[in-house]
Amino acid sequence: MPIVLIVAEQQPDGHLRKASLNAITAGKQLADKAGAELHIALIGKDPAKVADELKGTGAKAVHVGAAPELEHYLAETYAPVLATLATELKADFVGMASTAQGKDLLPRLAARLKAAMATDVTGLNGSGGDITFNRPMWAGNVFAEVKLTTPVKVFTVRATEFAAAGSGEGAAEVKTFTPKVEASKTKFVEFKEVKSARPELTEAKVVISGGRGTKGDFKEIEALADELGAAVGASRAVCDAGWVPNDLQVGQTGKVVAPALYVAAGISGAIQHLAGMKSSKTIVAINKDAEAPIFQVADYGIVADLFKVLPELRAELHKLK
Amino acid sequence: MKILVTAKRVEDPESKIKVKPDGSGIVQEGLKYKINPFDEIGVEEGLRLVAKHQGEVVVVSIGGKEVQEQLRHALAMGAHRAVWVNHTGPLDQFGIAALLQKVTEKEKPDLVILGKQSIDDDQNQVGQYLAEFLDWGQATFASKVESMESEQEKNKVPAVTLTADGKAVRVIREVDNGLATLECQLPAVVTTDLRLNTPRYASLPGIMKAKSKPIEELTPEKLGVDVTPKIQIVKLASPPARKAGIKVPDVATLVDKLRNEAKVV
Ligand SMILES: Cc1cc2nc3c(=O)[nH]c(=O)nc-3n(C[C@H](O)[C@H](O)[C@H](O)COP(=O)(O)OP(=O)(O)OC[C@H]3O[C@@H](n4cnc5c(N)ncnc54)[C@H](O)[C@@H]3O)c2cc1C
Repeated sequence: MPIVLIVAEQQPDGHLRKASLNAITAGKQLADKAGAELHIALIGKDPAKVADELKGTGAKAVHVGAAPELEHYLAETYAPVLATLATELKADFVGMASTAQGKDLLPRLAARLKAAMATDVTGLNGSGGDITFNRPMWAGNVFAEVKLTTPVKVFTVRATEFAAAGSGEGAAEVKTFTPKVEASKTKFVEFKEVKSARPELTEAKVVISGGRGTKGDFKEIEALADELGAAVGASRAVCDAGWVPNDLQVGQTGKVVAPALYVAAGISGAIQHLAGMKSSKTIVAINKDAEAPIFQVADYGIVADLFKVLPELRAELHKLK
Repeated sequence: MKILVTAKRVEDPESKIKVKPDGSGIVQEGLKYKINPFDEIGVEEGLRLVAKHQGEVVVVSIGGKEVQEQLRHALAMGAHRAVWVNHTGPLDQFGIAALLQKVTEKEKPDLVILGKQSIDDDQNQVGQYLAEFLDWGQATFASKVESMESEQEKNKVPAVTLTADGKAVRVIREVDNGLATLECQLPAVVTTDLRLNTPRYASLPGIMKAKSKPIEELTPEKLGVDVTPKIQIVKLASPPARKAGIKVPDVATLVDKLRNEAKVV
């Protein structure tokens, strides 16, 4: 029976990265189409706790590899361990969420497996041995259906396109193994976390984003976000200027989000920005310029000064509580 | 220091990309082409490193003769010489990395700097494949702590730094929830993120000088690489269009719509 192997990710703080659950759903869909068995891989210094969270996601087995040398994630140490596991399992497909780690790791793993790879997969087609992947190109202006012709096929999953796997589906067998970790030419030095009390941008139900129109004053953006329990996002212009952390950039080359409500304030709506938020359920645009392209994707647009609209909006929403 | 940088030819990021009705490709008419913006950041970083530590920046591009435009652009920015891998026809990331591996083995640079992704394919793979093929260390998504408005940036200080013994590079990477710092033993592969630097404009003397800088021509055959694609594009399609929305006159109407129509607040 063919095997689909999904790599789950542990955050530096030890928690499961939630996008892993969306990748598992993609893996399940793929396994259904390919007539395959779903397996999950999880490696790190202390992955056992997280492994329990994966047991009920509908996989056949969770392969858990613990080694002290895997404390800090490095593509050079993780890729060989996962390649060995994939080879031993005779995995036909290897996938992971399109997180920063997924994007760094999977191409290296694919190269090791002599496999072709599809990045940011948004959908799956076909059946049996004839599977194709859908993925965005040109900042999401084009969607390609691609076929990978190598024996092993590698892919990353755009989390917003697949629901998160639940926890009540069967009980996967947890199989532990001891990874052989190769010496690495790269050394981990440090990780500086940007701490935020707000929800994770890619997981939030509501995202309030500010652009250059804020002139760097994010107070009203943040106040509205806090009123709604929302995450804060930004355009490239804002991150480049150093007004907010880079990690908040939404777009083609930043985060992809699809919340129930996305508010874009003082953002013009360049295609690179739209690429990261166009799948949001409801989009609100606040912009002084009635011709701004953001209005072409907005469900509700308001042509006005954001510094006037945002406090008013917050006050009105507060009244609803 | 010898640095190899890449210069892929891509559609201008401002272009409107449209799919041909039969889904076989994109409409080429009226498109302008540029160096991939992430590669341009790579060229800039290479130039800054060489300005500080001496050495040479070699730029490579793969494609038909039109990619010489992008090579000349990098040469006009200040790269010293160019390598053109003459190839027309389909090519995937596996093939690109295999070609770059051979060029790297030939040039023996201390560092290869590539864009983290090209804005046409949006695959974000080649640097990582290349590092694995070469068995080198990798630092993807290189960035820095200082903003694009900082003194460091104005003074064109390289963000990728050499360690005291000169045997490794220190790279700050943009990752989820923060910045990670790695030290890669040289030789190594680095891929650039947007906030590594702001590329310089080519000066007029730079453009003149570029005309006489050498471009070496290679081919996949000469490099001994079979580039038969392992990724087949079955078809291209346009994304579903969002249905047109409305403009609301005031905040009260907006809140009413969000509550009673969209039901999101
Ligand atoms: C390779 C590449 C990758 C990129 N990747 C990304 C990406 O991932 N994400 C991204 O966002 N961008 C990305 N960009 C940049 C993108 O092309 C745009 O430059 C950027 O999104 C513009 O940001 P902005 O809308 O905030 O600024 P601007 O385009 O300057 O727009 C500011 C807007 O604010 C409005 N405004 C001004 N003052 C007010 C006010 N008081 N009240 C209301 N409205 C006001 C103006 O009318 C204007 O529409 C990328 C570009 C390239 C080349």
